[in-house]
Amino acid sequence: MHVLVGVCDTDNSFEALEATIERAREADDQVTVAVLDDPTADLSVAELRDRVRSVVTEVEVPTQIQDVDGDPAAKMVEMAEANGYDQLVLGECGRTPMGKIQIDEIAQFILFNAEVTVKLVR
Amino acid sequence: MTDGPPLEPPPATFVDDEGREIQIKRSNGDREALVEMYDDFAPRHRAQGLPPVGRDRIEEWLDTIEEGLQVVAWHEDRIVGHAALLAGADDHELMIFVHQDYRLAGIGSRLIRALLGYGRESGVESVWLCVRPSNSVAVSLYRSVGFESITSSKSDLEMRRNFEGNTA
Repeated sequence: MHVLVGVCDTDNSFEALEATIERAREADDQVTVAVLDDPTADLSVAELRDRVRSVVTEVEVPTQIQDVDGDPAAKMVEMAEANGYDQLVLGECGRTPMGKIQIDEIAQFILFNAEVTVKLVR
Repeated sequence: MTDGPPLEPPPATFVDDEGREIQIKRSNGDREALVEMYDDFAPRHRAQGLPPVGRDRIEEWLDTIEEGLQVVAWHEDRIVGHAALLAGADDHELMIFVHQDYRLAGIGSRLIRALLGYGRESGVESVWLCVRPSNSVAVSLYRSVGFESITSSKSDLEMRRNFEGNTA
């Protein structure tokens, strides 16, 4: 199976990435990491890509890393359709200070519009 | 802006719509009774991932909530409702849960008024919350005590209420 995992500058994204790689190792999946452009993030795209690379180089799973410019949600959906991925993976979006789960606009757009299975990692 | 009973800080005692005597109090160290209520909370009334499932995760979550102002509703020796205000960077987040055996009996309305009265008395300036827009019981409760919508999407409605007297 070929999996596309979207990563931005959040702990939840990196948990999703690690879970995806762990699963890929067991199931012999191929993984592509989409490095998403979030103008509000603390890390630049280059720094984010370096952090992703340091996570994936530790494991022997064939992994491609790809920068994604522009609207992350629309781009993830487009990439999935154009390149025949079997699954899209996202991290949990966020919680309020009290712990209520919030589904952000990116996750919502992808859930509604992707033609492939979407996995939201808890 | 609001109708119904005023925003009086606790304690208060009243008889609910089912004839049960309910006491509303500030909470301090009611951990065991709170865990009992949440451990027995009906899955269909969970909202946005809360309350968490399982005693360990409930305890962990209550550790966070305990940092805030808390009000509880007692019936005899049970806690049947719990509401809290938790300070964030700029404002306070509100949450409220009523056990399924005690819903739609007027307890939530008394509980939230007591909590807001407690908050106002404690100098809280601005309270916000997020709720599923489809949760019409909760949304009308919040409107009835002066909350107004600030942002809304298909899955989330955020509402806010300010205490003018407390703002700088």
